[in-house]
Amino acid sequence: MYFFRRTLFLIPLLLVISMVAFTLVRMAPGGPFDKERAPASPEIERNLKAKYHLDKPLPVQYAIWLGGVLRGDFGPSLKYRSHNVTDIIASGLPITLVLGGLAFAFALGVGIPLGFITAVKKGHWEDHVGGTLAILGICIPALVVGPILVMFFGVRWKLFPVALIGTPMHLVLPTVTLGLFFAGRVARLMREGMLGVLDAEFITAARSKGVPERDILLRHAFRTAVLPVVSYGGPLLADLMIGSFVVEQLFRIPGIGVFLVSSSLNRDYTMLVSLVLLYAVVLLVANLLVDFAYGLLDPRVKLA
Amino acid sequence: MPTTQQSARSSKVRALFCASVLLALISQTACRPAGQQADLRIINGSEPESLDPAIITSLADSRIVKCLFEGLTRLNPKTARAEPALAAGWQISPDGLVYTFDLRTNAVWSDGRPVVAEDVVWSWRRVLDPMTAADYAGQLYFVKNAEAYNTGQTNGLTGKRFVASDVGVYAPDEHTVRVELVGPTAFFLDLCAFPTLAVVPRHWIEQYGDRWLLKPGLPVNGTYRLENWRLNDRVRIRANPLHWAADEVRSKVVDFIPMSSPATAMNLFVSGQADIIWDKSLIPSSLMDVLRKKPYCHTFGYLGSYFFRFNVTRKPFDDLRVRKALALSIDKRRIVENITKAGEQLANHFVPPGTADYESPEGLAFDPEAARRLLAEAGFPDGEGFPSFTYLMNNAPVDAQVSVELQAMWAKELGVKMEIRQAEWKVYLSEQSKLNFDLSRSSWIGDYNDANTFLDLFMSNNGNNRTGWRNERYDALIREANQQTDVARRRGLLQQAEQMLIRDELIVAPIYFYAGVNFFDPEKIEGIHFNLLDEHPVYAIKKKTK
Amino acid sequence: MVMDGTAQQDSPNKRAWRRFWRNRLAVLGSIALVLLLALVIVWPFLAGSDVTASPGDFIHHPDAHGETPFAEPGGAHLFGTDIHGRDLLSRIVAGTRISLIVGAVGAIVSLVIGVFWGAVAGYTGGRTDSLMMRVVDILYSLPSIIFVIVLITTLHGFLERWGVSSDWIPRLKFIALFAGLGAVSWLTMARIVRGQVLSLRTRQFVEASRALGAGDAHILLRHILPNTAGIIIVYLTLTVPAIILYESFLSYLGLGIQPPQASLGSLIADGSLQINPIRIYWWLLVFPALALVGTLLALNFIGDGLRDALDPKADRNAG
Repeated sequence: MYFFRRTLFLIPLLLVISMVAFTLVRMAPGGPFDKERAPASPEIERNLKAKYHLDKPLPVQYAIWLGGVLRGDFGPSLKYRSHNVTDIIASGLPITLVLGGLAFAFALGVGIPLGFITAVKKGHWEDHVGGTLAILGICIPALVVGPILVMFFGVRWKLFPVALIGTPMHLVLPTVTLGLFFAGRVARLMREGMLGVLDAEFITAARSKGVPERDILLRHAFRTAVLPVVSYGGPLLADLMIGSFVVEQLFRIPGIGVFLVSSSLNRDYTMLVSLVLLYAVVLLVANLLVDFAYGLLDPRVKLA
Repeated sequence: MPTTQQSARSSKVRALFCASVLLALISQTACRPAGQQADLRIINGSEPESLDPAIITSLADSRIVKCLFEGLTRLNPKTARAEPALAAGWQISPDGLVYTFDLRTNAVWSDGRPVVAEDVVWSWRRVLDPMTAADYAGQLYFVKNAEAYNTGQTNGLTGKRFVASDVGVYAPDEHTVRVELVGPTAFFLDLCAFPTLAVVPRHWIEQYGDRWLLKPGLPVNGTYRLENWRLNDRVRIRANPLHWAADEVRSKVVDFIPMSSPATAMNLFVSGQADIIWDKSLIPSSLMDVLRKKPYCHTFGYLGSYFFRFNVTRKPFDDLRVRKALALSIDKRRIVENITKAGEQLANHFVPPGTADYESPEGLAFDPEAARRLLAEAGFPDGEGFPSFTYLMNNAPVDAQVSVELQAMWAKELGVKMEIRQAEWKVYLSEQSKLNFDLSRSSWIGDYNDANTFLDLFMSNNGNNRTGWRNERYDALIREANQQTDVARRRGLLQQAEQMLIRDELIVAPIYFYAGVNFFDPEKIEGIHFNLLDEHPVYAIKKKTK
Repeated sequence: MVMDGTAQQDSPNKRAWRRFWRNRLAVLGSIALVLLLALVIVWPFLAGSDVTASPGDFIHHPDAHGETPFAEPGGAHLFGTDIHGRDLLSRIVAGTRISLIVGAVGAIVSLVIGVFWGAVAGYTGGRTDSLMMRVVDILYSLPSIIFVIVLITTLHGFLERWGVSSDWIPRLKFIALFAGLGAVSWLTMARIVRGQVLSLRTRQFVEASRALGAGDAHILLRHILPNTAGIIIVYLTLTVPAIILYESFLSYLGLGIQPPQASLGSLIADGSLQINPIRIYWWLLVFPALALVGTLLALNFIGDGLRDALDPKADRNAG
């Protein structure tokens, strides 16, 4: 019931988000048709604005856009004028989803075990080494990790392609570059969750009952310890699903992450608001799933 | 216990399911059928905004469009001057006002229909149609009544609005196009090769509207057909067997790879995954001192100027002595040798050297002594009392480095304090056109090989003026020059105008002329010739076979 | 016995501090951070304010240009020079100062707003929780780049209208930058704290103190928040690097700091251009990266130490 209501609640929420985004982008100076070379007469710009309804009042423009969205048409891109926003999303989203999914798997696959080990071995060398690795992952940006990976694995040792897509091999370096930063964060959160739970009452109780340590850690402690990671999982998943500007640019991957930034910079209004809407849907659904997972992992959490 | 086992099993099943979905997605999206490898892979600058000749504005886009759609003339691969294309020949009236083009009888669309004179007329009118909203409609304003139609003016004689049929381009018969111009336009044949003036398939556009480019089977009249266009991935073109010069086409399948990161472009090139890099935005400036010594790096003179604008409506830049002082204290050599490094020429004037039928007057060179003297005369000895001012610029790394150099030079030579105002691109443009700046970084690339493409910028009513400077004498000089049919007289007039711009009034301070930079291995690639316009028709380029 | 007695009289805070100072890594981290702060504060006085003068030895003004671009580390320039011949060491010091300020702003905002928001939402639950978390969702969905662009230009417009001198432009960008960074930095913190509080509020000790008649504020401040201190500190240590790097991304788009200023993030971004198959000026990347990693390691050690020291369970176990 709770989740049914939350799902219904998504609709007004999405309306609010798109409306705020629509207004916000118009407040930024400059327009989609401002170029380094001014057109030969001001009429030309007026023609352009008329063609894309930019000369109408803002609420009317919003209504036109929303009407299109309801019919599954996000309108024309104001920057890539031969394409519709729908075309661009349809061609870029699958690739971004694949890359994001892989990076998500990488982040969890590396981060959770690392956090687990550093917590269990707290104060030992495993903790220090693992902790330092996690911090390296967190504070070295993709801007640095990517080129270094490309330099060695791509250019020097020729193990992986340096950019573009085509084969699964093309996805290896981008996945690692994208995932490393998040893996570090997941590891830190996991370690903290684990530490918080290791001396909780129910664990002590289980120990005194003689449950094997292995089972305690994996079965009982883990479920609660993973909660902070799960909390973080919503935004993490949304961020990965919408793609990464830096990684897509660096490896020239035709996803939609580049467009989220470039449409802001290009003042491609329709494109930007559509992407914000898409991002909001992914984020809200991911957060819904997270709250759902919360109830499953920790029966004590009551949301309704 | 059974429940936990079950849940463990089901979670395993779930994980397996997820993994297989992911794998399926990967193979769906990432591993497209291997397909044929292109004969030529060109890294071409940023993703095309469009491939519609009427819409495009950037050089990267126009390189692709020139392969697909041909105009009356095209630029020669070696000299970049106009040569016959769709028009096999032409006659020009003695007063230079009427051009009569004879179309080829063997020119056809790639779907077999003949290209006729009416197609040319329709294509040009389409560019001028206010509904098309073409950015570059101004390229046709040299044609009679074109501007009036495009801007929706009313005819003073008839009292009616100008319509498409008023525009001075006619098709007296199927293979003749007659063009009437506003004035004798020395560079009109070069202009006819400009993509905005190319011919587009009327029957296709009327059928599919705004989405005509994306419909499979797109008819083209250029040397290549469009095979595949995926945003941020590639544009693939394939030789058009029906083109009148199909046997001149030396590479059958060509990929244009869009790219915005110079580092990635270089990585692809060095690891052999691309054959050519050509775009101003893809030059890795910080490495140019090393790269210039490599056999695959080619630099050459280019029709582009790097300069900054003064806002003459603001104090103290309304004082010519102040403007001169700032311009005289720029050590251009240091900028070119330490920052840009691609062999750019120092610029003391505005029109790049080598521009056809033109030679620039001498401007101001580096002379800090004279600069200090002028600043003192203007009332600011040793920079005392000089207000701190801003230098508006966008966020490209090289531009930031140049502005940091200027800041240090002016502090050192004149003792004045400049603040850099780095703005994001659209803010930069908007502030520049609203005259919200003291000085503003600028650049200009010539559209065609003529001094007019640089000098008409600063006419009073030009939207690109952006200095607040209005000068009737300057306007008159440019206008008079463009009415001249005598080359020497025209040059004299344009020189007088430029002299005002860079010396007598000093509205802009030139810093350097861009260098064209191409990367390709001359052992492997042939058919690229260097010219001022950085113009390299793709049909002439070929990968050498071993 | 006597010792035990005094320990019993100590307040929990005092005991926490004692635990903190017993943690060797945390102490090491604190010393490193204090030294770094001292260096960052003292350097501008040593370097002077005149760009054209050179104070000599290895101390330089971060914006002073030199005749030797890309000089290797050593001699007068311990960390080498950049493209303008500026001393890299002095730029790293200046950059560290800016990055520390940026990180501190992000940390404070996420600590004050994020923790409060998340704790109240999680503790109250029900409709209030829903509403508060949806606000977070909305803010999280909006494109922060546009937000920063609008902020900067609005502020700039005001200043122009009031005729403020152009000296203010770099400072203005700072304010907009901080506002923009602050607006996004607390959102995930709020989600995480709320998640923890949701799980804690039904625990026995909370029920117990409620049965004893404790008020909501008391329960939240005394019982629940101390139990989330660990995750708050850890997430803070994650927020600081994220904010510092986000600043460099904004600067890369022309929305962050103004040249010729430097931040650790922008220095690293510049350095990343040096990773290429043609030629590498390694010092431009390695030294700024080391500075960032070192600073963050120190912060993390302090964070871990604080976490252990503030852990209520540690108090209980020791008692």
